[in-house]
Order: sequence, then structure tokens, then C-alpha cells
Amino acid sequence: MAIIEAEELRKEFVVWRKVGRLRRQRQVVSAVDGVSLRVEQGETLGYLGPNGAGKSTTLKMFTGVLAPSSGRLRVCGLEPVSRRVQLTRQIGVVFGQRSQLWWDLPLRDSFALLRHVFRIPQAEHAARLAQCRELLGLDEFLDTPVRQLSLGQRMRGELTAALLHGPRVLFLDEPTIGLDVVSKQAVRAFLTQLRDQGEVTVVLTTHDLADIERLCRRLVIIDHGRVVHDGSLEALHARYGSRRRVVVDLDAPWEQVPGLSGAVVEAVEAEGHRVTFSLAEGVTAGHVITQLAGYAALRDISIVEPDIEEVIARLYAASDDARSVASG
Amino acid sequence: MLSAYTRLLVAQIRSQTQYRLSFLADVVSTCLMSLLDIVAVLVLFRVTPALGGFSGRQVLVMAAMALLAFSLSDLLVGNVERLRFYIRTGLFDVVLLRPLSALGQLLVIDFAPRRTGRVVQALVILAVALFLVDIDWSVARVAILVVTPLAGSLIFASIFVAGATVAFWWVESGELANAFTYGGRDFTTYPVSVYSGWFRRLFAYGLGFAFVAYYPALFLLDVPDPLGAPIWLGWGTPVVALLAMTVAACVWRTGVRHYRSTGS
Amino acid sequence: MGLDVRAFLALTSAGFRRWSTYRQATAAAVFTNSVFGFLKTYVLLAVALGAGGAAVGYDGPMLVSFVWLGQGLIGVVMLWGWTDLADRVRTGDVVADLLRPVNPLWTYLAADLGRAGYATLTRFLIPVAVGLVYFDFFLPTRPASYALFTVSVALAVLVSFTFRYLVNLTAFWLLDVRGVMLLAQLMMGALSGLYLPIRFLPDWCENVLWYLTPFPSMLQAPLDIYVEYGGIGTQLAIVSGQLAWVVVGFTACGWLQRRAAWKLVIQGG
Ligand SMILES: Nc1ncnc2c1ncn2[C@@H]1O[C@H](COP(=O)(O)OP(=O)(O)O)[C@@H](O)[C@H]1O
Ligand SMILES: [Mg+2]
Repeated sequence: MAIIEAEELRKEFVVWRKVGRLRRQRQVVSAVDGVSLRVEQGETLGYLGPNGAGKSTTLKMFTGVLAPSSGRLRVCGLEPVSRRVQLTRQIGVVFGQRSQLWWDLPLRDSFALLRHVFRIPQAEHAARLAQCRELLGLDEFLDTPVRQLSLGQRMRGELTAALLHGPRVLFLDEPTIGLDVVSKQAVRAFLTQLRDQGEVTVVLTTHDLADIERLCRRLVIIDHGRVVHDGSLEALHARYGSRRRVVVDLDAPWEQVPGLSGAVVEAVEAEGHRVTFSLAEGVTAGHVITQLAGYAALRDISIVEPDIEEVIARLYAASDDARSVASG
Repeated sequence: MLSAYTRLLVAQIRSQTQYRLSFLADVVSTCLMSLLDIVAVLVLFRVTPALGGFSGRQVLVMAAMALLAFSLSDLLVGNVERLRFYIRTGLFDVVLLRPLSALGQLLVIDFAPRRTGRVVQALVILAVALFLVDIDWSVARVAILVVTPLAGSLIFASIFVAGATVAFWWVESGELANAFTYGGRDFTTYPVSVYSGWFRRLFAYGLGFAFVAYYPALFLLDVPDPLGAPIWLGWGTPVVALLAMTVAACVWRTGVRHYRSTGS
Repeated sequence: MGLDVRAFLALTSAGFRRWSTYRQATAAAVFTNSVFGFLKTYVLLAVALGAGGAAVGYDGPMLVSFVWLGQGLIGVVMLWGWTDLADRVRTGDVVADLLRPVNPLWTYLAADLGRAGYATLTRFLIPVAVGLVYFDFFLPTRPASYALFTVSVALAVLVSFTFRYLVNLTAFWLLDVRGVMLLAQLMMGALSGLYLPIRFLPDWCENVLWYLTPFPSMLQAPLDIYVEYGGIGTQLAIVSGQLAWVVVGFTACGWLQRRAAWKLVIQGG
């Protein structure tokens, strides 16, 4: 059984837009517009989209905070809003913007309180806390009131708080937003480990692509509330024709190599001394380099991985085109 | 279960007492505030010998019973007013992510122990007021004296909860609820016979405020209602409280389903 | 530290516009103030009835207009809830205010007058209309009373502004002004005539309030002028009293603000 099952999930908000000085107009915003998704136990899912795409709204429905406008939703086999209390015991949640910690109390006290709130057996609580303390390096600020923590420290605290009751699913909304490099890395390393243990299903929203590249094998991209891609990173590259590139520095200026297969010249720079090839699908860099080596002396070679930012930019452009075609 | 709420409560008190000076000023001003209600009654009776057909001492009994019921409910659920703050900031999200009742958490996480002072104060005022009138004490009268403030506070509590729930639809409507909570307190301070028209029907019967102090006080004082209601209505407070709580619970549940969080 | 008329008017209109965006809050306040209007009207009418038709010189219609104009003026005079300056002191933004070439007292005043203007059109007029529709409302017999009432309301706004400004200035010395604010609100409510006409109080108490505190000048003053309590001589005396409190208020604000600025410069806040 899938741990998250969503079918045609929708959430609409009514907003009043100002038109003119006094009049207001009623407008329905479809924040989530027919999302269908199945997430299996143990998966790590990256939920990606530009600002306002509907990521947080989806997560709020998954966690029982918001009631969907329509559609069917089961998380851990439960209907989130009506079985909210049971569900909270099975999920852990970190919303980057909203703290679940007690503002005026030391981190340690927040953790102790959560033990009572979730009724976690003492031994379990101690074991999980010890693990998080080590992996996230909490010890140096465990006795500091939460309001005095830096964002990175707080986020590490939030992660711990979300895991203390041993949830089956962990929902993370923009866990790395605004963090310094060190904290970002600490959070990513921690999540990687969590993923590799494979016990906790992780659903993570972000608009930071590095998070996705490090952490998620499966990627769901949404735009304007709709899923525009669901699959692996590789599948995304394949679908949008992004290619790996080989950049070679030559001793002598570039001349066309007769019968070069599997690669196309993309750019020639530095008076012909630097050439960029893009590789066709399924072609290895080695295959191209062997061919080149027969013709010219190679001084240096580098391989450039496809740029995911670019792919996604293209993807959004494509989805916008589709929308304008559909509506126009 | 209880222990989870108790721990939340202790945590809340600990963080509140970190701000000592304003805590003290809070205690002083809340006490002054309820004293003011009683002073207002006394001042009015400097000007007039009777109000709605009742003497100053009789009105004081009603006012004191109303004050006790209100202070009790204010102590227990008054902080539900803070709901609008949680809704506006989206912090209600966090409340919904814990395995406890949302309303229960709200009441506990902002519990204001300073309001106990007002309850004590109200008890003293009621004792004085009862001493100043002649009451033919009986088991029934003692029973009504004990039951009424508790049931009356549940009526107020229902109004507090239902009123705060409006914020799920109308975030900036904070003051609206005051019309019925603090308005209800003012209404119950004076005999129902003072009011008239649709206003009396709405507040006294529609919202049940006549049962907070007026009818029970008539029973205690053994005075007939100038408006002609039977004396046994003094026993109606628990029934009305039950009704009010049912309605408030429904309103609350509908409200939570309407929660729309905030765009981040 | 001058502020020319055009800048002052621009700030006033900005204040007006800012408050006109708080629609829900305004609607809620109008509703709530009207409900309390009904409550107070019935109680005070019962008092007048019990006292044989008139209470301490106020008859039924006078009490009705006293209550409803009072309920309308709460929003105009703004008896509670203004913490703009204190908030800026707490966040440290106030430094920017003090560094500008204009005295912040005047910029805040301009904004507050804009707020009062918007409140007059909404929070004042609607409850007064409700009172007029439902009850027997007193209308002044002397045309001059309307003019004096208008002047008196303007002065009441100024008195209330200076008092609120003073309370906000304490934020320079106190870390947390919530307590002081609460006490100030309590006094403004209880001693200004909002709960009850202060003429219901014992004479000595009434005199202390009129002569030694600014509170009656914030609300009771314009209300008494409207209901023509006493003759034209009384009305003029009331307005002069308010004028005196305006002068005292602004002097005190200027003095305390200089102390605050001094503290900021010398002690670094
Ligand atoms: N509580 C709300 N009320 C009104 N509109 C909202 C609310 N929450 C989200 N929205 C709107 O729904 C859309 C999706 O928002 P959100 O899910 O927060 O996007 P993301 O997290 O992907 O940035 C946005 O257009 C946002 O303005
Ligand atoms: Mg978001």
C-alpha cells in the first residue's frame, strides 16, 4: 500500500482583489489544481516548483492542516483532516517558516515537552534524541532559548523535533531556505543518512535544486498547481533533451574532424583552442575523446554535467506555453 | 493525556514569568478592571434609588454573580481570543500538527494565571453582596448559589469560543466577539428588566444571558420577575449552558475546517 | 525643526488612507461600539427613570445622545490601542525618526489627524446614526453648540494624542510597555466619561478629574457641550479647559521627547 495516495487533489482559495479605489473583486485562486500522486514507503520525494506553485498548500493538505476543496487523499491510510490526531503521530513536519518549538524555552525543554505531547516512551525518546544530537551537532546550543538560536541552529532543532516520535513520513517544507552554507550541508547530510536508512518516507519541497540533486531519486515538479513532471532526474534530462558536455583544450586550433560520431560542436572559443561538444544520448565521453585523440593533441579535458536549472527553466517555459495555448 | 496538557501549561507559565514587570502591571490592571464594574453599579445607585425595579443591594447580588461567572470563564477560556493571532500568523498550523485537541491546546498555551486574582476578587464581592441582603437560606438556594456560577461560566465560555471562531472567516474581526463576551458581561451585570425590545430578546433569551445571574438571583432573593417569568427558571442555567456548549462546539468544528492558513 | 503645511497635509492624508484599508476592523468596531451603545442606553435610561426623569441634570434624550456620541467618539479620539511610536522605539527604528529634520511629534500628529478624519466618517457617523434611528435623541437648541462641539472634538483628539504620545515615549525607558499601556487605557476608559458621565461621581471626585487630569477633556467635554449641560458660559469654560490641557500636553511631549533623544545620544539607547 502506498503511504501517500492523492487523486485529483485540489485546493481553491477565494481572494478579494482590489480593483480601483473602493471596489473589490472576488477571485478564485487554484493553489493546487488536480494533483495525483502515489508515494511508496521509504521513498524520498522532491517536490519542486517556483514560488507560488502550490507546494506548501499541497503539504498542508497532506498533513491535515488544510481541508482539500476536492479530490481523494490518504496519508498512512488515513483521511488527514478528519483523522488529524491519529495522523500527527505518524508524521513529522518541518515548515521552514513556522516553528514547532517553544520560543522562550531552551531547546532541551522543547524536546522534553514533545515527549509528553506525543507520549513517547522514555527510552525511545532518549535514543532518538541521542542520535539527532550526534548527527546534527545539537549539543552546543541545547540549553539556549529558541528565540536566541540562529536560523540554521533552529532548523536543526526543528528536524529533531519532527523525528522524536518516530514518524513514518517526514514532510519538509523548504528546509534549507535562508540557511548558511554550513547548516545547509549539515541538513542535507542528515537527510541523506535518513534516506539511506530507508525507514522514513521523506517528502521535501524546495526551490533549491541542489537539495534535489543530493537527496531525491524521485522528482515531482509542479507549476501553477499542476504536476508537470513526475520521475527521476535522469528521466527529466532525457525528456527535455539536456545533454552532458565535453570541453577540450587543444594544442593547435580546431579543425573539423571527419566522421566524428555521437557529438556535436556547440562552441569554439579561445581562438580555436577550446571546443565544447554536446554528447548525444547514450554516448560516453570516452567514445568522443578517443575519436578526437586520433586527430589532435589534447591538453585538457573536462566533462560538464547537464544543468538542471536550465532544464527546469525550459520546463516552466513549456508549461507556460501550453497554458497560453490552452487558454488562448 | 492530562499530563500532556499540564506540561504545556507549566511551560507556558514559565515563559510568561520571564517578562516580570508587564506581568505585574497585567495583574494590577485586570484586578482594577473587574473592580470597575462593581464601582459602576455603586456610582449609578448614588444617582438613583432603583434600577429596573430592583434596589441597589439586589442589583449588587446580580452583578457579583455575573462577575464571578465571567471571571471564571475568562480564566479558563478567555485566552481563546488569541486565536486570531494564531490564524493571522499561520501559527495555528503548528497547533494542528500535534496529537492533541486544537481548542485544548489554545486554552493551555496562553493560559494566564494572573486571572485567578479576579476570580478571588469576584468571590469576595459576592460574599459581601450576599451579606448585605436578606436571604432565607435553604438547601435549594445553596445549591443554586453553587451551580449557577459554574454553569454561567460555561455559557460565557461558549460565547468566548464561538466568538473567537469568527476569526476563521474574518481574521481582522477581533473586536466583534467583544460585543458578545464583554457585552454579555455588562448585560448580565444589570437586571434584564432594564432592557427592552429586540435587544433584550436577543441577549437575554437568544444568547441565554438571562440565565447567568438574573433568574438565579431572583430565586435566591425570592423576588418575582417584573417581566412575569416563573421563579423556577432560576434552575435553567445548566440546561442553557449545555445548549450553548453544543452550539459552540459545532461552530468551532466548522471553523477549523474553514481554516485556510496563510500563503508563505 | 519646521514642517511646512503641504508636508503636514500629505502626512495627514497618508494617515487617512492607511486607516481606510482596515475595513474588517472598522466594521467590527462599528458593530461592537453600537452593541455597547444599546447596553449603556438602556441602563442609563433606567437610571433616569429610577431617579424620577432626570439624573444629575441629564434627562432621557440627553443621556441617549451622551451615550451614542460617546460610542462614536471612541474611535475618533481613539481611547486605546495606539503603539506605533513605542513599536518603533522597541525595534530601534525611532533613530531614523529623530534624525529627520522634522520633529516626529508633528509627523505623528499629522498621521493621527488623518486617522481621526477617517474615523469620523465611519466609526463616528454610523453609531450616531444608529442611535438617532432607535432612540429619542437630544438635538442642541442653540446653533452655537454645534460649532463648539466640533471645536471641542478637535481639542479632544489633540489632548488624547498628547497623552498617548507621552505613554508611548516611556518605551525609551521601559523595555516592555504593555503594562503601562494597559493601565493608561484603563484610566482613559474609566475617567473620561466613557463608562458613565463623570458628573455621576461625588463632587470632590468630579472636580479632581476636571481640574487635575486630562481625561474628561478627551470625551466628557465634547459630550457635555453637545447636550448643553449648563449654559453657554459652562460650554466656553469647558473648551478653555481643553485648550489648557492641549498646551500642557504638547509642552510635556516636547520636554519628554528631548529627554528621550538625549538618552539615545548620550547612552546609546
Ligand atoms: N491562505 C491562503 N490564502 C489565499 N491564497 C493562498 C493561501 N495560501 C496560498 N495561497 C496562494 O496559493 C498559491 C500557492 O501557494 P503556496 O502553496 O504557498 O506556494 P509555494 O509553497 O509553492 O510557494 C499562491 O498563489 C498563494 O498566493
Ligand atoms: Mg511555500
